[in-house]
Amino acid sequence: MTGGQSVSPWHVARLTVERDLRLAFRRPAQLVQPILFFLIVTTLFPLALSPELSRLRDVAPGVLWVAALLSSLLALEFLFRDDAQDGTLEQFALSGQSLTWLLFAKTFSHWLLTGLPLAVVAPISAGALGVDFGSMPGVVASLAIGSFALSLIGAIGAGLTLGVQRGGVLLSLLTLPLAVPILIFGARATELAIKSEPYGAPLYLLAAFAVLGLTLAPLAAAAAVRIGLE
Amino acid sequence: MNWTWFHRLGSPPYIYKLAGTLTPWFAWAAALLIAYGLVGGIVLAPPDYQQKDAFRIIYVHAPSAWLSLMIYTTMAVSAAIGLIWRMKVSHALAAACAPIGAWFTVAALGTGMLWGKPMWGTYWVWDPRLTAELVLLFLYMGYMGLRAGIEDTQRADRASAVLAIVGVINVPIVKYSVEWWNSLHQSASVMKLGKPDIVLEMLIPLLVMFVGFTLLFFALALVRLRAEILRRERAASWLREALA
Amino acid sequence: MTAELRADNLHLWRGEQHVLRGVGFVVSAGQCLLVTGRNGAGKTSLIRTVAGLLQPEEGRVFWRGEPTGVDRSRFHSETYYLGHDAPLKGDLTGAENLRFGVGIRRRFLPDELRAALARTAASDFADRPVRTLSAGQRRRIALAGVLLTTATLWLLDEPTTNLDASGQELIKTLIEAHLAAGGIAIAAIHHPLELDARATTRLELA
Repeated sequence: MTGGQSVSPWHVARLTVERDLRLAFRRPAQLVQPILFFLIVTTLFPLALSPELSRLRDVAPGVLWVAALLSSLLALEFLFRDDAQDGTLEQFALSGQSLTWLLFAKTFSHWLLTGLPLAVVAPISAGALGVDFGSMPGVVASLAIGSFALSLIGAIGAGLTLGVQRGGVLLSLLTLPLAVPILIFGARATELAIKSEPYGAPLYLLAAFAVLGLTLAPLAAAAAVRIGLE
Repeated sequence: MNWTWFHRLGSPPYIYKLAGTLTPWFAWAAALLIAYGLVGGIVLAPPDYQQKDAFRIIYVHAPSAWLSLMIYTTMAVSAAIGLIWRMKVSHALAAACAPIGAWFTVAALGTGMLWGKPMWGTYWVWDPRLTAELVLLFLYMGYMGLRAGIEDTQRADRASAVLAIVGVINVPIVKYSVEWWNSLHQSASVMKLGKPDIVLEMLIPLLVMFVGFTLLFFALALVRLRAEILRRERAASWLREALA
Repeated sequence: MTAELRADNLHLWRGEQHVLRGVGFVVSAGQCLLVTGRNGAGKTSLIRTVAGLLQPEEGRVFWRGEPTGVDRSRFHSETYYLGHDAPLKGDLTGAENLRFGVGIRRRFLPDELRAALARTAASDFADRPVRTLSAGQRRRIALAGVLLTTATLWLLDEPTTNLDASGQELIKTLIEAHLAAGGIAIAAIHHPLELDARATTRLELA
């Protein structure tokens, strides 16, 4: 008795992403919440600050990034929680496949479902904050790359808080200090884009963080999940 | 190669005894050096011609800032050893380090703010070093929060070890990105914290304070390590014999 | 080396509790080990330790003569662990669950899936979302998953939970067929499970 035809890592990743997308679309409410949160938070600022577009434009990068950070923290809680509860993570750990790779696939689909939509709707918020239409590509690009890096780093915290009762606040406490560089470079890229200045440099640095996160974070997340399963 | 020393370092009874022997040595040496450093720095050293007496806070600030980083690194290395070789004492040391490191970080922040008042006219300026120190404090908080959040000691050890390792990779990244961020927004007139024009009479007490604070950390860490071992090994038979 | 699982002198602590105190056993191809004992005796912990989810303080587990930690992915590809609760997603149908859950372990044909579901009498409800199924029906879906993995070593934690009389009989038939084909099973049981005595060893945890 043997395992039959073996499965390639790509097939494993495809199955995992496919499964997560299918699950998400069967329960769309969970999907929409972080995006709504993002839109609402960003549109609260004009009410708290001033309706003057020139002033709002100045704070827009900070507003967009802090709102994106908070909204992706909200979504992070769901990254592993369901899979931990129903035993899927155990099956991942015992599947004979690389747990690191499986968790990376999960993190990627998490970004597809929470981070990428954020970047896509960001122009709505940015527009409401007085950002010109021409700046939108830079805004979207920086948020897309930045939210990917955030998902990767957040996966570590999500793994570490698996064994913690009501670990939501703790998850934020663990993840926020790690996210400082992403916030700095992401907000800078957005700021330059809004000012119609070249924003390549901070965007590349942001991408460099995403790559660094890509190589290290899934390893740490896998170690964390193994500990969480004990 | 003979590895018995390594295994002995992993044995709680041995470490418990060793820590007990070493603590007074470190504590007394630290007390003497810090006393000398304080007198030398606060009384004997001449005032800085620009900052006047305000610069003297550096004798506490700089060693605290150094320790805040050094302790985080010690904690991460110790936790990594515990994770890789499954060494209980190593995890206990990491756990013992965290609150000490957090307090030195608070001390560095507090003295930095005290220094900021006469220099900048306000307690808080988003100086890159203070900002990086603040993020470091958050990292310590996260580490201790995670430890407190997991009930089982062994799982808490292993989970927080992963966090400490991730954090120690993050520290230099935070430092450089904060400096980069600050260089964009800073107006040139703001003075950097520390770095007065230093003369020998100022420098020697400062170096003594560095050594004294480091020894103080050793003494505190060993006391806490002993407490940590007591807590973890409360059911072990060697402990009953040692205390009998 | 032929299929054989050996555990040597396993010691496991859970916090203050010394759960496993020097547990050891050998199970070879075609044999089943039934782990019994009162609640809290460490049945689940033993199964999870063998699976590699828990790290024992002392002792090791050997698969085909090699420590399981050495080539973990090979050991796991030959092993299937089924815990108390079936690892199924409520929002997916039974068949979808197996297509993903088993699919990450091996490729299989739709016919194989149908055959496995038929053997556990789960075909009728395999296309309904799992959240609409009863506990016993979920169990049958999960058991179809066990068959579909074609794993050599089955690690079953309370396999008969939530199953009616015909379900208990099914477990018995499945395990016996698995042993006859040269497989190995380790099952933690609470309810008595009457298996062929020659192929069965019992391990009573104190």
